[in-house]
Amino acid sequence: MNKTIEEINGKIRNGEAVILNAEEIIGYVAEHGIKKTAKNVDVVTTATFGPMCSSGAFLNFGHSDPPIRMTKTWLNDVPAYSGIAAVDAYIGATELSESEGMAYGGAHVIQDLIDKKPVKLRATSYGTDCYPRREIETFITIENLNQAYLFNPRNAYQNYAAATNSSKKTIYTYMGKLMPNMGNVTYSSAGQLSPLLNDPYCRTIGIGTRIFLAGAEGYVAWHGTQHNPQRQRLANGTPSGPAATIAVIGDLKKMSTKYLRAATFYNYGVSLYVGIGIPIPVIDEEMVEFLSVKDEDIYTEIFDYSVQRRNKPSYGKVNYGQLRSGNVELRGEKVLTGCLSSYKTALEIADVLKSWIIKKSFYLTNPVCQLPSEQKVNVLNVLSEDEL
Amino acid sequence: MATKRLVLTFPEKIVTKPITYRLVKDFDIQFNILRAEITADIEGKILLELKGDKDKIEAGINYLLSEGITIQDASKDIIIDKEKCVNCGLCPSLCITKALIINRQSYELVFEKNKCILCGFCENCCPVNAIKLKI
Repeated sequence: MNKTIEEINGKIRNGEAVILNAEEIIGYVAEHGIKKTAKNVDVVTTATFGPMCSSGAFLNFGHSDPPIRMTKTWLNDVPAYSGIAAVDAYIGATELSESEGMAYGGAHVIQDLIDKKPVKLRATSYGTDCYPRREIETFITIENLNQAYLFNPRNAYQNYAAATNSSKKTIYTYMGKLMPNMGNVTYSSAGQLSPLLNDPYCRTIGIGTRIFLAGAEGYVAWHGTQHNPQRQRLANGTPSGPAATIAVIGDLKKMSTKYLRAATFYNYGVSLYVGIGIPIPVIDEEMVEFLSVKDEDIYTEIFDYSVQRRNKPSYGKVNYGQLRSGNVELRGEKVLTGCLSSYKTALEIADVLKSWIIKKSFYLTNPVCQLPSEQKVNVLNVLSEDEL
Repeated sequence: MATKRLVLTFPEKIVTKPITYRLVKDFDIQFNILRAEITADIEGKILLELKGDKDKIEAGINYLLSEGITIQDASKDIIIDKEKCVNCGLCPSLCITKALIINRQSYELVFEKNKCILCGFCENCCPVNAIKLKI
């Protein structure tokens, strides 16, 4: 039995919609089968909460008197990009403080803004006839910004690699602290709860899809950078490595630091934990098959991060059930595993989204446009102009 | 039989004294050195697990204090800030004694103090700075 988004929204409006989270659907399908689930269940809420470096926020400060065309801009000593209009800036999550280094970065500025803390704004300019001021130093809060919106170019990766370290020394990476001699394995995915692993071919998630973004309503704006939908897939549709990605947008003023948190990876740098929840409409039986995917059915590959090259040697594939158990076998030995993304918070987000839909404060959307299904990822080669 | 985990801080002048030998010889205390940071001419620290008769451990501790050693209860020295923790589960991958684990039902980070040997591997791994180690 097929359902349209409009029919599902009608059921939400009438208080008749059946909504499960992406963990609950697994048991439901096991008990009732595909056909019955497709008929009975209307929406499955998926979510993820993990460090997503490709994140940041656009801010508009309003004009000072006399006005300034900000050329270089700092927020709490963290450089923000202001090579756009006079008082617009983009604060990137991973940008480091010029005074505090890795202890404080763009992600922390974003977190402080959401928490309504005063943030020091400093900007310089060359001065023009229309914007004579050459420098400014003042304090702002999120409340007196005209606009503050999160715009993350790449989030919610459909799967990601796992990491280990075969070298003799501890290494510090964006996959966390990796102990020598393959002392641990780290990974980062919500697995069976993850939005894009529950809709592997992006049938229902596309441009314009309304989502939960860090505690507020947000939208899928575009496909994310490094979107790689053509990666090899298992029969259940899931890829065994990083594949599809999304760019997301939402109002920072409405977000909560419960679901948007600054992080520092020791000796690596700053990142931002982003909470994303996506409701997936149960439009047909095929969708139920995808949604019933569980950790044991989703595989990733363990790579050696001590090899400082683009292509790293692989130590084989493991599934998320094994990874989540706390250890995996690597070359015949049990190795401890650790996750960068929080399953607990992801589950909480899936349930918050479910409650929004039940309360009729959140309705599902048809994508305005599908995400590209035929893109590949290019590499960067060092070339002279005539080698291109 | 009682068990106690202590962090002993040795002042510079007694680093070279055979303190732990006296614990065995005079107080019949079994000990296990879980961690040590000692150099001959500066202050040293040892994380010890003591096993023995309750009264004898007490007497042993008094002896250590009389030698000018500072004693801290080891189980108090690692602090997980529950407000900051996002329950990601990165630190369990560094915890060789499994004192830090993600509970499979609640998905929450659980810290079992009595398993911790204060190795300190976890301290700088926390992305949200929720782990503080004091030794």
